[in-house]
Amino acid sequence: MAEFQSYTMNFGPQHPAAHGVLRLVLEMDGEVVVRADPHVGLLHRATEKLAESKPYNQSIGYMDRLDYVSMMANEHGYVAAIEKLLGIQPPVRARYIRVMFDEITRILNHLLWLGCHGLDVGAMTIFLYCFRERENLMDCYEAVSGTRMHATYYRPGGVYRDLPDSMPTHLARAERKGDRDAAMDEGRDGSLLDFIEHFTQRFPARVDEYETLLTDNRIWKQRTVGIAVVPPERAINLGFTGPMLRGSGVEWDLRKKQPYAAYANMDFDIPVGVNGDCYDRYLVRMEELRQSNRIIRQCVDWLRANPGPVMLDDYKLAPPRRAEMKEKMESLIHHFKLFTEGYCVPEGEAYAAVEHPKGEFGVYLVSDGANKPFRVKIRAPGFAHLAAMDEMVRGHMLADVVATIGTMDIVFGEIDR
Amino acid sequence: MTEILGNWLAFLPAEAVEAVASLVAILALAIVVILCVAYATWLERKVIGFMQLRQGPNRVGFRGLLQPFADVLKLLVKEIVIPGRANRWLFLTAPVLALVPALAAWAVVPVFPGFAIADLDAGLLYLLSMTSLGIYGIILAGWASNSKYALLGAMRSAAQMVAYEIAMGFALVGVLMAAGSLNLGEIVARQSGGVTQWFIFPLAPLFLVYFISGVAETNRAPFDVAEGESEIVAGFHVEYGGATFAMFFLAEYANMILIAALTAVLFLGGWDSPFHGLVDPGWPVVGILAAPSLFWLAAKTFLFLFVFLWLRATFPRYRYDQIMRLGWKVFIPVTLVWISVEAVFFTLQIGPFA
Repeated sequence: MAEFQSYTMNFGPQHPAAHGVLRLVLEMDGEVVVRADPHVGLLHRATEKLAESKPYNQSIGYMDRLDYVSMMANEHGYVAAIEKLLGIQPPVRARYIRVMFDEITRILNHLLWLGCHGLDVGAMTIFLYCFRERENLMDCYEAVSGTRMHATYYRPGGVYRDLPDSMPTHLARAERKGDRDAAMDEGRDGSLLDFIEHFTQRFPARVDEYETLLTDNRIWKQRTVGIAVVPPERAINLGFTGPMLRGSGVEWDLRKKQPYAAYANMDFDIPVGVNGDCYDRYLVRMEELRQSNRIIRQCVDWLRANPGPVMLDDYKLAPPRRAEMKEKMESLIHHFKLFTEGYCVPEGEAYAAVEHPKGEFGVYLVSDGANKPFRVKIRAPGFAHLAAMDEMVRGHMLADVVATIGTMDIVFGEIDR
Repeated sequence: MTEILGNWLAFLPAEAVEAVASLVAILALAIVVILCVAYATWLERKVIGFMQLRQGPNRVGFRGLLQPFADVLKLLVKEIVIPGRANRWLFLTAPVLALVPALAAWAVVPVFPGFAIADLDAGLLYLLSMTSLGIYGIILAGWASNSKYALLGAMRSAAQMVAYEIAMGFALVGVLMAAGSLNLGEIVARQSGGVTQWFIFPLAPLFLVYFISGVAETNRAPFDVAEGESEIVAGFHVEYGGATFAMFFLAEYANMILIAALTAVLFLGGWDSPFHGLVDPGWPVVGILAAPSLFWLAAKTFLFLFVFLWLRATFPRYRYDQIMRLGWKVFIPVTLVWISVEAVFFTLQIGPFA
């Protein structure tokens, strides 16, 4: 009988578990993976190059489209880098709004991750449960920026506008019975802050609900405990950040270690794993959902009590108010200059990083004093994680590859950029 | 029925009349089963939909009731693509091989008192052989597609089938010992007399093993590694489309209904009523309910079918080696132990089998 030799298998780029366009070339020995070779670049859109070709403000929208499940967190990294170069600080209310939306974004991201990870491992229902809550948070995005995903809400010098006083409600539709309309509009009778507070009140119970489906489920544990173990030293050497690093037991979180925006005033804990396997990373992210909820609640309280400006009063950076523009020549000129030429940034370089839901998201900007960046480099956390693919899945079975992709929380928008 | 037909077809010899009568019965049962299969797909989408906060199909017909027909129509008019390097003949035979045993097994199922298409004395053996034949369709499909994903699916399916077939067989041995017959009608008759007489109680571990093995045999979640969507895309039927895919789809649901019905027949007294012997048959309504009838078989089958769907909505998928471990290291020992316990009961003439 001929000796059974390993064979190569092409996993993706069109595969239900490829999370977009991951292409893995797997060398397999039966069901066991001998070598995994991840290929990147199928979603390359030259974001960095595009950002170098237009005024600073016009690239904020590109940042939303990097990691398209944690939009505002990307914006935060980019905007923070510009602010560092300009040497400005946004008003304190804007910083709180940013923290609140960063955490809303973290919940959005983790909910999508949880749903997809569940789906990868074969649990279907969790996916739809997660999307139920995501929908509410998307509505918050929409209420504040006008779009559900690509918000372009953070601007150098603050945020685009203050939080709205009313929350949009659903249109009554003939197919829905009256009581369902009422249920869909629950908590929407007040301002956006009221709605967010309402959400934070019911969210912990929802997280409990997700946990009843998975945390103690024997099959879930069999599929995740001891899979893709990364020891702490290796996790650091591989450049892991975020939950991937914390899952291995390294207590590292930029929100605590290098506080930015208003995180220094927030009271929250950093969950840390012990074994560095898929299950620990799962637990870490589940706890992060709860901690984010806690932070949001603190922000809501602060924002209620402290009204104020959300944008710097500097027309070189922020557009003048519409009414002013109609009456003052100066304002009209400012408006025109800002939206055509933009603003010039002093010569220099800056690196700003935020604790993105997936890890450390950093933007490195080099300015030559013009109105466009000379160079933009984006540090995407997912890239370093994906690079560890081979090490994490070697010796595991095909089904574990899928679980590992899930646990990495890969989004190709940021990896390929 | 034979008598009525005999009057109409008096000009034919007696054997021919009997053949025609069987054909009519087969046709009637087959149509009912296929309709049930069609609506099982609708039911699955509705039930899982409600479990997942969705609506399920609700556009075609009243509450989506015509959805199965729309699906069938869509699949039938689609092109059947045969991969270039595939073994053409086997590629097209495989779906038939998957579907036919699932339907053929119904021949021995006692549907209502005194009726089964074939009242075989070796009914249980026939069932075992038919349910294990279905796997050939899957293996052939995986092999003939000439695709690595399909082949992986087929290999997984074959290994899984071997493990669970044994556990299932042992569970059936327990039923055989309890009933003292291989004839399914006899097995049901032996359980008549209300809930207390059903085998599910004395044979509880075997019942669990049988049903879970059944879930594994039909490649349903959480044992659906053979088509594990997120791992090997669609597994053995990854290359199939249109009518050929529809055949696999039908086979899966036909098998589900079959396993559900068999669990009802073997462990829950088939068409026997749970109130049998407990209620005076003369009472209105309750008296009718207490009589053995098709209704009870259908109700029990539906119950197990629901469990199939419930499992799918709840559990993550096992990994292939974990399924093997469960089959070989848990189920087979459990059945062996319980068969021994049963044997001891029999020889000492104690307990429920005295």
